[in-house]
Amino acid sequence: MATFDYAPAPESREIARLKPSYQIFVNGEFRDGTGDAVKTINPADEEPLAEIAEAGICDVEDAVRAARRAFETSWSQISGAERGKYLFRIARGIQERSRELAVLESLDNGKPIKESRDVDVPLAAAHFFYYAGWADKLDYAGFGPNPPALGVAGQIIPWNFPLLMAAWKIAPALACGNTVVLKPAESTPLSALVLAEIVAEADLPPGVVNVLPGPGSAIGQALVDHPDVDKIAFTGSTEIGKLIQRAAAGTRKRLTLELGGKAANIVFEDAPLDQAVEGIVNGIYFNQGQVCCAGSRLLVQESIEDELISSLKRRLATLRVGHPLDKNTDVGAINSAAQLAKIRELSDAGEAEGADRWSPPCELPERGFWFVPTLFTGVSQASRIAQEEIFGPVLSVLTFRTPDEAIAKANNTPYGLSAGVWTEKGSRILSMVNRLRAGVIWANTFNRFDPTAPFGGYKESGFGREGGRHGLAAYLDV
Amino acid sequence: MTTLSVPDVRDDAALRRFLHGLPGVDQVGAEARAAGLATRSIKTTAKAWAIDTAISMVDLTTLEGADTPGKVRSLCAKAIRPDPSDPSAPPVAAVCVYPDLVETAVEALRGSSVQIASVATAFPSGRAALSTKLQDVRDAVAAGATEIDMVIDRGAFLAGRYLEVYEEIVAVKEACECGTGSPVHLKVILETGELATLDNARRASWLALLAGGDFIKTSTGKVTPAATPPVALIMLEAVRDFHDQTGELRGVKLAGGIRASKEAIRYLVMVNEVAGDDWLTPALFRLGASSLLNDLLLQRHKLATGAYDGPDYVTVD
Repeated sequence: MATFDYAPAPESREIARLKPSYQIFVNGEFRDGTGDAVKTINPADEEPLAEIAEAGICDVEDAVRAARRAFETSWSQISGAERGKYLFRIARGIQERSRELAVLESLDNGKPIKESRDVDVPLAAAHFFYYAGWADKLDYAGFGPNPPALGVAGQIIPWNFPLLMAAWKIAPALACGNTVVLKPAESTPLSALVLAEIVAEADLPPGVVNVLPGPGSAIGQALVDHPDVDKIAFTGSTEIGKLIQRAAAGTRKRLTLELGGKAANIVFEDAPLDQAVEGIVNGIYFNQGQVCCAGSRLLVQESIEDELISSLKRRLATLRVGHPLDKNTDVGAINSAAQLAKIRELSDAGEAEGADRWSPPCELPERGFWFVPTLFTGVSQASRIAQEEIFGPVLSVLTFRTPDEAIAKANNTPYGLSAGVWTEKGSRILSMVNRLRAGVIWANTFNRFDPTAPFGGYKESGFGREGGRHGLAAYLDV
Repeated sequence: MTTLSVPDVRDDAALRRFLHGLPGVDQVGAEARAAGLATRSIKTTAKAWAIDTAISMVDLTTLEGADTPGKVRSLCAKAIRPDPSDPSAPPVAAVCVYPDLVETAVEALRGSSVQIASVATAFPSGRAALSTKLQDVRDAVAAGATEIDMVIDRGAFLAGRYLEVYEEIVAVKEACECGTGSPVHLKVILETGELATLDNARRASWLALLAGGDFIKTSTGKVTPAATPPVALIMLEAVRDFHDQTGELRGVKLAGGIRASKEAIRYLVMVNEVAGDDWLTPALFRLGASSLLNDLLLQRHKLATGAYDGPDYVTVD
């Protein structure tokens, strides 16, 4: 019997044009932040990539002041068509530096190059293109004539899609006429700083976009507490989201939160099974499962459980776990030691609670943060791995017999970000979609994103929508 | 992998119940999966292995009205030794010709490992009386063909006359066994370009496998589209699932429109990741092609020397 061994196909690290050190971006200029100098590491080998002169509290002051001045003197004064021109320039800038951004993102985050190359970077550019188109059409967005911008938006983004989340935040804010102070996650600041270079090259007026890498507890907090910030947009954990909502309560600040999830991926016995297997894999192993809308709970109809699970196991055995820059890698590194510890803790809890743990045979690199794709069968609704967000490549499999039971189990979670329904029966899709309490529901697919489609949660998964026409409302005073 | 058991009763209704009870194919999802597999990056040693493996899986084909014994002899020489300057290039799997040229091919291939495949059953349309089709098969087998590439009656399949298609395949299989030599392998051409949907491709695959086809084959090469990645995916899933169900290993042949080494390598990736490495052998996977072989040889030489040869460094037929 022959074996087809794929030789290593590494993308060159040189493409990332890594610099030894990076600076914060305030008022159109790069400068050393007044915070600590912190090293960002490559999660695939734990080696330092670059040093960041992080922002301090007085940099937040400067950035908010610059953003306010830019809002009042330029950005809110120019026409939507003018703003659109700048956004189109940023979009093209992302495309021109797409290879560099993809490699940089994989180095800093640990995600496979095929994902940063084919998903993160093209979608980031698409977001700017999409909202560039809206900039001069806000009168027709359904909010009445001349909908006013909010002012200065403080935006705090996570480490799982560093560039893409920056695009989701910045593009609609600028299109609507706001100026922004963006705080990237501490473990993944690099692509947002290259985006700042693209913004600078696009000749945006100084202060329209400011990027302040730094710790959430200091810089994020200072942004949230700042009296001259009109709007906070946060994507991250439900725990931090609750703190932010408390802090914003009683102030004039607008708030949108995009938080955690524990999505149910519901597979009926009449589903297209081979495609469902792909959807399950894409749902939970894409980006190492570090996706807020990940399909982390598989609800499978009892009659096809054995068949589906054995197909799924066979498919998982073909996943290639390894170096993020190898073009054939399907599953890369976990972003940080802390995240890895959390995934391990919850997986061990699943085992302790009596669920059956399974992983394909797989060699992991010695250094770096790695977790083999894992699935648990025999999971009960009461189990921690069925209730808590793991944010890792760990799937919990539960079964159901009737559509009512599927709905009851799917909705029985404090979260409500996304869900998936797999069936060849169109009427069943429609009836399920009406009863699932989740902001995004995919039918016969999973984890598909498009700038034209609104994204956001129910319940403790947050509020506010990003993407589409709905995404404009989060940045307009309407 | 279907939960349905293979039907015992063989009539139109039972076959319909079985074939329409197979899990559906979501076309968008299947196309996305095929496109995803095509992004694998096969370089250096893996590429060298894949090129040689692909060469060994080629059914070197000439199916033109203008074919001559001379052209077939030339093709056979190339099949045995694809690269005259490099004996390490493996021979191809088979030569594929019309029935009247089988005798010529048998003589030219004597003593080699290369199989003699012949299209039959009123190829390519399949529109003739059953007796005519069976005589076509017997003639080819009598002339020495070791593999028969039959076409199904697409009209009957699309009209839902599954039993007719099934029985025709059974009859052809019997005709294949009428020869005196070792068993003749039957490849069943589904002509997926005329079946229109991936659901139909899956049903036709299962019908052919149930009826005893040793291989299921995409196309005649006379209809566009011929072999496409989504269709290949569905057919590889069918042989994989048939094996799960019955324990029997059946093959897949992709034919028509595959011209570049890159495409051939992508299909090998698909075989590897969808069906599994059991299928990475000419006994279970073939590429029906003519111009593909030259591109594989050019790429092979490029890997060995670092330089591309011009098209005149490989023979035209």
